[in-house]
Amino acid sequence: MSNLLSRLLGRTRKGSGATAKDRLRFVLQHDRINLPPERMEEMKREILAVIVKYLVVDQDRVEIDLEQRDRTHSKLTAEIPVAIHTPTAAKKAVENTVAAADSAGANGANNGADADSAEAEADSKPDEAEPAKDEKTDARGDDQEEADQKS
Amino acid sequence: MGGKVVTISSGKGGVGKTTATANLGISLASLGKKVVVIDADIGLRNLDVIMGLENRIVYDLVDIVEGRSKLRQAMIKHKKFDDLFLIPAAQTRDKMAVSPEDMVKLTDELREDFDYVLIDSPAGIERGFRNALEPADEVLIVTNPEVSAVRDADRIIGLIEAADKGPGKLIINRLKSDMVKKGEMLSSEDVFDILGLAIIGIIPEDELVLSASNSGVPVTLNMQSKAGMAFNNVARRVIGEDVPFMNLDENPGIFQRLVGLLNGR
Ligand SMILES: Nc1ncnc2c1ncn2[C@@H]1O[C@H](COP(=O)(O)OP(=O)(O)O)[C@@H](O)[C@H]1O
Ligand SMILES: [Mg+2]
Repeated sequence: MSNLLSRLLGRTRKGSGATAKDRLRFVLQHDRINLPPERMEEMKREILAVIVKYLVVDQDRVEIDLEQRDRTHSKLTAEIPVAIHTPTAAKKAVENTVAAADSAGANGANNGADADSAEAEADSKPDEAEPAKDEKTDARGDDQEEADQKS
Repeated sequence: MGGKVVTISSGKGGVGKTTATANLGISLASLGKKVVVIDADIGLRNLDVIMGLENRIVYDLVDIVEGRSKLRQAMIKHKKFDDLFLIPAAQTRDKMAVSPEDMVKLTDELREDFDYVLIDSPAGIERGFRNALEPADEVLIVTNPEVSAVRDADRIIGLIEAADKGPGKLIINRLKSDMVKKGEMLSSEDVFDILGLAIIGIIPEDELVLSASNSGVPVTLNMQSKAGMAFNNVARRVIGEDVPFMNLDENPGIFQRLVGLLNGR
């Protein structure tokens, strides 16, 4: 009941005017720092790839966001939950290091990301580091294959 | 220090710069100010027809800059206001015929004899915009409550600030209050939240603006027009009066009565 009510309220509040405001906020955030959304996601993946080389990170709870107080003040904030050191964590850290090395390599190889994946990510929540990384790893696989065929 | 140069800009085309310039010119003149309006949209002359002065043009902005005409020769006096003049854009030249320095020199001369020099900026962010921006003491940015117009306004605001001409003030044009009420249009508060600039005018969508441009008599001369009244309020704010924003709610009853009062009916 309360669920239905809130859904109804939510719907009445979310006219196309509110959508326009959200979309403007998003597009201006990127216009103002001259960094398009897909490049920003790429940067987040790279930042994370460096950190997981050294720490065990709870990837589902990572939040790297751009905060804008006004037109001229932007701030990049990161909240990266880190596991405290236990023997199992240490083991996981080793695994991560390998994965990170992979994905870091992938970013270089996949710089001109295709339009499809750019759109998919603009629509999704910004903190989906994990699936995004898989995508890159796959892309690297393709590139690798292609390179192998050429040689 | 003489008169003030006010540039009307927007980034996006078709949002109402020329309409705003014409109406502010008329309103300022009707408030007793000496005013020149300059059409800086070279190649796309428009301010002359909006002000109903198209058949009086002999010389234009480029003629002045290139020395074929004296400043006073090219200035066209308004039919109704003796202290309101138009400098028309050249129609057959392009924007490169005038430089930002030319505009500074021209407006410095005008400042001596006039209270306000209004410059109608062309759309875009290139030479024409630079020409209009360079001599400005103050910039009014016209936008519509719509995604692309607000985005372009943000871009222009950044360039204005980078040129040390900021912060500028906003005119939100073509607001439809019934749509805002339904949540189907950005409100003036939304636009303010996003752009963070002071609002100097909120102009409602008004069919009378089209009738006015058809007849060449700017809408601010029409007492029946809400947009006209709103432009008049902008002019009063420009000269430093503290004018409350009018209620744009669709309520013809009250509005008609108000107009009746103002007309002494
Ligand atoms: N408040 C308004 N209500 C209705 N129509 C308007 C309003 N303001 C401008 N217009 C219309 O919008 C069009 C573009 O206006 P214009 O002043 O020529 O824009 P710009 O100079 O920015 O290109 C014109 O047809 C004009 O009549
Ligand atoms: Mg125009």
